[in-house]
Amino acid sequence: MSLSVLLRHRFPTVRMDIAFEVPTPGVTVLFGPSGSGKSTIISAASGLLRPDACRIVVDGKVLADTASGIWLPPERRRMGLVFQDARLFPHMSVATNLRFGLRRAAPGPVQFNEVVDLLGIGALLARRPHTLSGGERQRVAIGRALLAQPHLLLMDEPLASLDSARKSEIMPYLTRLKTALNLPIVYVTHALDEVAQLADSMVLIEAGRVIGSGPLPEIAARTDMPLAQRDDAGALLLCRVAEHDARRELSRLEGGGATLWVPLLDAPVGSKRRLRIPAREVILAGKPPDAISLHNIVPGRVRRMTPDAARRSVLVEIALPSGALISRVTPDAIVRLDLAADRPVLALIKSTSIEVLGS
Amino acid sequence: MLNALVHLPLVLPPVVTGWLLLIIFGIRGPIGSLLNEWFGVRLVFTTAGAAVACAVMTFPVMVRAVRLALETADPGLEQAARTLGAGRLDRLFNVTLPLASPGILVGGIVAYATCLGEFGAVITFAANIPGQTQTLPLAIYAALQVPGGEAKAAELSLVSLTLALIGLLLSEWIGKRLNIMLGR
Repeated sequence: MSLSVLLRHRFPTVRMDIAFEVPTPGVTVLFGPSGSGKSTIISAASGLLRPDACRIVVDGKVLADTASGIWLPPERRRMGLVFQDARLFPHMSVATNLRFGLRRAAPGPVQFNEVVDLLGIGALLARRPHTLSGGERQRVAIGRALLAQPHLLLMDEPLASLDSARKSEIMPYLTRLKTALNLPIVYVTHALDEVAQLADSMVLIEAGRVIGSGPLPEIAARTDMPLAQRDDAGALLLCRVAEHDARRELSRLEGGGATLWVPLLDAPVGSKRRLRIPAREVILAGKPPDAISLHNIVPGRVRRMTPDAARRSVLVEIALPSGALISRVTPDAIVRLDLAADRPVLALIKSTSIEVLGS
Repeated sequence: MLNALVHLPLVLPPVVTGWLLLIIFGIRGPIGSLLNEWFGVRLVFTTAGAAVACAVMTFPVMVRAVRLALETADPGLEQAARTLGAGRLDRLFNVTLPLASPGILVGGIVAYATCLGEFGAVITFAANIPGQTQTLPLAIYAALQVPGGEAKAAELSLVSLTLALIGLLLSEWIGKRLNIMLGR
């Protein structure tokens, strides 16, 4: 099952030519600098903007296609849209806001109580929007969009106007949302932490064009793509908690064909976790060192090396059996280790430098 | 054109407005004759006529209030309503108008208070018949024409002042309350 989007539109200053296909269900993050056309995709998908050409297909169902004249107005299109500013109706209570779309939609699978529980907004139902915090408002806005029984949930930088405390308050609800409802989500952002926690698929957009798309772990480790060229770049591994060692205060996780030890986790064995491994924390070695505090020595193979002249460093992409790591090292290190494409290499990763994210 | 027509009473001398009304709605006027023929309604020199004159005079005030209220409405909320399945009329009645209600209501109260003070258009179109077409300022004017009528004029002026103040305070208070309700 898949979501496929095609969009062509000519603006006075820029031409957009977007096409991508990603698997569903799951969260597809549209990532790129502001002005690159991410929000245009959202506007076109929701029907608020009519582009020169646009075709959107979800799981084989054609939701919009200008070529064959399928172009419903937003009010009949059933696309859930969550704006950056929550846009709750100020003259209605939270409950009335939530039911606004529900009352106007054909009966669907999304239940009122289910959404209220999922987003933890049961205590807010009688309140007015202006008495809510920014995070609460955004949760209500998400619930309102979900209850309109959409075919596709579009989120246009939903956390951009929140401070980091509010952001981390709302993040658990978003990760729950991902798994609870079998609904494809298109999520626009330019915040890397949101990408790391939420994205299943990535679509990188620059100046109206798709410069790369695919599963997040793949895209995050591609040193020839902008995600890996950032100062805070890091690889992502989708892991399973394999074992807890309470005596040594460590947990073992498996994913991407690697085994990694991290400080003891409070999570059941078998549960899923995302590990983010920052590129600048990964040390490369030719042979295993001895007498070292390190727990994680991961064997891999050099796949690609991309010089980053501005930071006087080289980004090394290391292929694992079913994933990839990236490491930022100096050009001198490349020479000393005699690294080249396809050579085996060991990646040394401190347990404490691994970021463990939700599932 | 329509805009200019609606706003005309605002800039035209009220007496001229009254006289135009007299021509249009008079017994032999283009609309007045029809009204008389079909419904037996006569506007000239009647209470209804005074009401019409007041309405025409305060219409621009009202139009401005409504327009301002609608223009300050947030288009983002309309967009949100659209994506939630609300059609044009649905949006107008459930989103736009409720949000514009403070402005519309306040405009209405100010228009009503202005109405009470209508002079020129009423005296020209509906004359000055005590108990029928006499507005407050007309009564004050009439009282001043009679020797020794100053006391009555003062009394009526006091009533006028009180009504005007109540109108202004009420509109202010209602506007504030509604805006608090809307969280502004």
